[in-house]
Amino acid sequence: MRIAGKGLLDRSKPVAFRFDGVRYEGLEGDTLASALLANGVRLMGRSFKYHRPRGVLSAGSEEPNALVTIGRGADRIPNTRATVQEIFSGLDAVSQNRWPSLAVDLLGLNDLAAPFLGAGFYYKTFMWPAAFWEKLYEPAIRRAAGLGALSGQADGDVYDRAYAFCDLLVIGAGPAGLMAALVAGRAGADVILADEDARMGGRLLSETGAVGEEAGVSWAGEVLAELESLPNVRLMRRTTVVGPYDQGTFGALERLGHHLPHRGGGPLECFWRIVARRSILAAGALERPIAFRDNDRPGIMTAGAVRSYLNRWGVSPGRAVTVFGNNDDAHRTARDLVDAGVHVAGLIDSRHDAPQSDLFPVYRGAQVCGSAGRRGLENITIRSIAGEDRLQTDCLAVSGGWNPSLHLTCHMNTRPHWREDIAAFVPAPGAVPGLSAAGACNGTFSTAGCLREGAAAARAALEDLGRTAPPVVVPEAEDDPYRITPLWAVAGRGRAWLDFQNDVTVKDVKQAAAENFRSVEHMKRYTTQGMATDQGKSSNVAALAVLADVTGRSIPETGATGFRPPYSPVAIAALGAGGSGKGFAPERQTTSHAASLDRGAPMIEAGLWYRPSFFPAPGEKTWRQSCDREVRMVREAVGICDVSTLGKIDIQGPDAARLLDFVYTNGFGSLQVGRVRYGLMLREDGYVMDDGTTARLADQQYLMTTTTAAAGDVMRHLEFVTQGLHPDWDVRLISVTEQWAQFAVAGPWARALLNGLLDAPLADGDWPFMACGEVSVMGVAGRLFRISFSGEHAYELAVPARYGEALFRELVARAEGLGGGPYGMEALNVLRIEKGLITHAEIDGRTTAFDLGLGRMLSSKKDFIGKTLAQRPGLLAADRQRLVGLKPVGAVKLITAGAHLFAAEAEPLRANDQGWVSSTAFSPTLGHQIALGFLSRGPERLGEVVKMVDHLRGVETLCEVVAPVFFDPEGGRARG
Amino acid sequence: MAELTAKSPCAGRLPLTIGAATVTEETLGPMTSIAPYRGRQADLAAALAAAHGLGWPQPNRSLTGAGVRLIWFGRDQALLTGAVADPALEDMAALADQSDAWAAVRLQGEAAEAVLARLVPVDLRRAVFAPGATLRSQLGHMPASLTRLDDHGFLILVYRSMAGTLLHDLKTAMEAAAARG
Repeated sequence: MRIAGKGLLDRSKPVAFRFDGVRYEGLEGDTLASALLANGVRLMGRSFKYHRPRGVLSAGSEEPNALVTIGRGADRIPNTRATVQEIFSGLDAVSQNRWPSLAVDLLGLNDLAAPFLGAGFYYKTFMWPAAFWEKLYEPAIRRAAGLGALSGQADGDVYDRAYAFCDLLVIGAGPAGLMAALVAGRAGADVILADEDARMGGRLLSETGAVGEEAGVSWAGEVLAELESLPNVRLMRRTTVVGPYDQGTFGALERLGHHLPHRGGGPLECFWRIVARRSILAAGALERPIAFRDNDRPGIMTAGAVRSYLNRWGVSPGRAVTVFGNNDDAHRTARDLVDAGVHVAGLIDSRHDAPQSDLFPVYRGAQVCGSAGRRGLENITIRSIAGEDRLQTDCLAVSGGWNPSLHLTCHMNTRPHWREDIAAFVPAPGAVPGLSAAGACNGTFSTAGCLREGAAAARAALEDLGRTAPPVVVPEAEDDPYRITPLWAVAGRGRAWLDFQNDVTVKDVKQAAAENFRSVEHMKRYTTQGMATDQGKSSNVAALAVLADVTGRSIPETGATGFRPPYSPVAIAALGAGGSGKGFAPERQTTSHAASLDRGAPMIEAGLWYRPSFFPAPGEKTWRQSCDREVRMVREAVGICDVSTLGKIDIQGPDAARLLDFVYTNGFGSLQVGRVRYGLMLREDGYVMDDGTTARLADQQYLMTTTTAAAGDVMRHLEFVTQGLHPDWDVRLISVTEQWAQFAVAGPWARALLNGLLDAPLADGDWPFMACGEVSVMGVAGRLFRISFSGEHAYELAVPARYGEALFRELVARAEGLGGGPYGMEALNVLRIEKGLITHAEIDGRTTAFDLGLGRMLSSKKDFIGKTLAQRPGLLAADRQRLVGLKPVGAVKLITAGAHLFAAEAEPLRANDQGWVSSTAFSPTLGHQIALGFLSRGPERLGEVVKMVDHLRGVETLCEVVAPVFFDPEGGRARG
Repeated sequence: MAELTAKSPCAGRLPLTIGAATVTEETLGPMTSIAPYRGRQADLAAALAAAHGLGWPQPNRSLTGAGVRLIWFGRDQALLTGAVADPALEDMAALADQSDAWAAVRLQGEAAEAVLARLVPVDLRRAVFAPGATLRSQLGHMPASLTRLDDHGFLILVYRSMAGTLLHDLKTAMEAAAARG
């Protein structure tokens, strides 16, 4: 219920929303949790395993119980904490993990079976038969126990990502964080102040104490106004710093759209990578509950949460509130409630020396040992020396003390330190380089202490940054001592809950110890305590205290489990922001791209490049029709193909030839200016890395060509050789792949076509096979290479890329005039298979020059990379699978790539495998299927019939082993 | 005889303005990569000064002269734009024509830094990355050269073949920056 005169919300701004289909009204600034509590709704979810009715435990992102799904349809967001979700007009929230409804949950039957479902139950019960786990048990268990579900449809939301850099990152905008940001901001440092809340101020928004001469909230408002006015300070609201990474980098999730009724195409979230020279953790502290029988009933929540709901949102979660604590801070809740006119039925303090009050009854040295009520708290049982007593109450505010929010200091694998005086862990100094903790997250719980530590941390950071701290007066504030006597669990029968989100009880932890899972890490895995999405924020310390107690060790001896990033859950969509759709990888387009699309060519991806598969002519219905025509066109007339994607590396300098001789297996020293040579490149381990041609353009200038696929690898290889192996060589490399648009002009009419285009016709004899040189193409300076990947009389003509599209259109038009035209990747592939020329289908990283029939290219006259290891006996063994050609000879005419080869009479089993098919095509030139493959002792078996079996496609074909060159083996056509 | 028509990498696709940022195609003229041979750095710097009025740029710096700019482009490498490199430099350095290899755009506006903060994982704050500063880094998934021209203007170079992706990524980032209002 809303309390008159309390809260920081504007009562004149009502907001209507829905929860489980019912319409409610809240106020602008409400969270879903505060608005539901204001409407008297306490039941907000069902627990994970036992489907116990649950209400909110907290008022912040640590909330384990009140998880809801926001929205419906494709973009619905499950597992949203009601304590974080701001309400907006039209908000549609639905409860989770219940069937058919939150109030009547039939799966609540699990709770009746609880005696059988304790920790370790699954491990022990569903062991046999093994296959049943995956098929039967796990799906059934997952259906019954679980969280909300995604829609299963593609996420239509927009996610943003960004980098930010600053001198100082301040994490948390409570008193410590605000003070730190103010000091550093006034010093002129670049400051980022990030806070997960929609409104900055931290606990100052939830407490009534003064800072200086004014209310804490007003002080926070003034500081924020000043920070807003500083150009060097960036305030990031609704931004959770989720983890620290190396070199001062932090991941942070900014929630941009979750609170907006209409996002108008704007992003839902932004994932930030913030790099800070120094950082201050001012994340505050989280209150911990005390375990007692049935302590999970809706209406039971932390005492600090009750103050938040009262002081910030003007809501009392109950009409007759009781408070149960073991520390002085709990008394503040009772005082604030009385001040607001809310009836406090009693304060139960486990300490015999607890302070007294004349505002409300104080039960000293007493404990709450049970609760009752249907779907919500109705009464509690109090145990003291005098015996047990019942007290009517609809809200119990519990405080077992405070745990510093040190999570980020554990993310780099440092364990926190135990402080006996506050019965809590504090961050280990230096846990994250450059980061210091200040305020409550450092174990300093008074407001004045937080302000002092925030200022001190900022001054220290400024000194590190080489800046002078400005004179800033730290205001006076509440400086009460924090008095606590630890109480983790109230003894007694029944189930006392530690981990609300994973339904782990005190009994479960004791059971783990009884079964000898005494290490805190083993206890965690055995019980699943702390393994839910809240990472046990509200339960870890209590659980290990119970474990310590039952194993007779101290808490420091027992040790603590760590925390991992992210601090609170982050959607994968946010982490992958910018990486979906076209953001996944760059597209590289050739200069002829548009012209190819104009002709209806489908594109095929080659690495990042897009290349035309084929160019459909009118009437052609299948790719094969187009491909066959294009092959015949090249064999009989002339074809044009964009080959710009091949890597082109410009190599210059006095030692250029030495480099080539070192990276290629064959000699390049004798290559003349104006000539091109085919080269083979090995990896250091002796296997083939890449092949290509290299042209000598001038005395000390070479142009190396690589395959499209290996262009980057070869460049990196050359950089490694010149920087790492031979920094003494005077040679310079640069990629010129993008500078030149290059087109193959292939076929009997190639020269005729070029002569119509070049400003000086090619003279007979001047341009033999493997010649190269400069030419003038319609007034543009270009380069011409007489090389052939098709086996035909062919050239590759290169011009600066700006002329690429125009030249391609011109070449195609002229080719068509000669009965030719453009050809794509399919035809290019057929042409090279007909000629037995290899690509990366054959150079797959496992083949050697010996395997490829190129053993004679390994020069004996010089050293080159891979030479020594290529001589290993295993790489020269006669029974290696070596390159052969294959053609069908039986009734079945199909040869499929990837199929395996067997002796004709052998069973097609793995043990009998003799090789495989690497490339295959229908040859329109020869009129039948042809293939390249690798066969054990292949070159010795020419003429033999082997059996090709494709187990995946169910094809079995008898093939004759032939030489890999099917067409024009003498090469007369290319040379002629 | 007909002439071959030249086409720039971003032809027909720019300019583009979203929010407080505008992308235009930048015409840099001739572009030549220059890589000094061993021990010739000093000679090269002198020759550059004589021919183009520029020295050799320190790493991550660019130099500007009358119509020309020399951009540090990597280890022992710089890119001369705006003038054809003096042939005399060939003695001291490997020269390669790169006039057509790069798509060059200018990103200008109050939001330029915010746009790049979504694409480039490097500190580009004015105080750290002042006019004249340059770097080779990634822009989205693309290798890029980035130079700050003035308080709110950047020169971006990516491989010519990636011009489409550059504009896609810039547009996405500009929309995200503009969504912040």
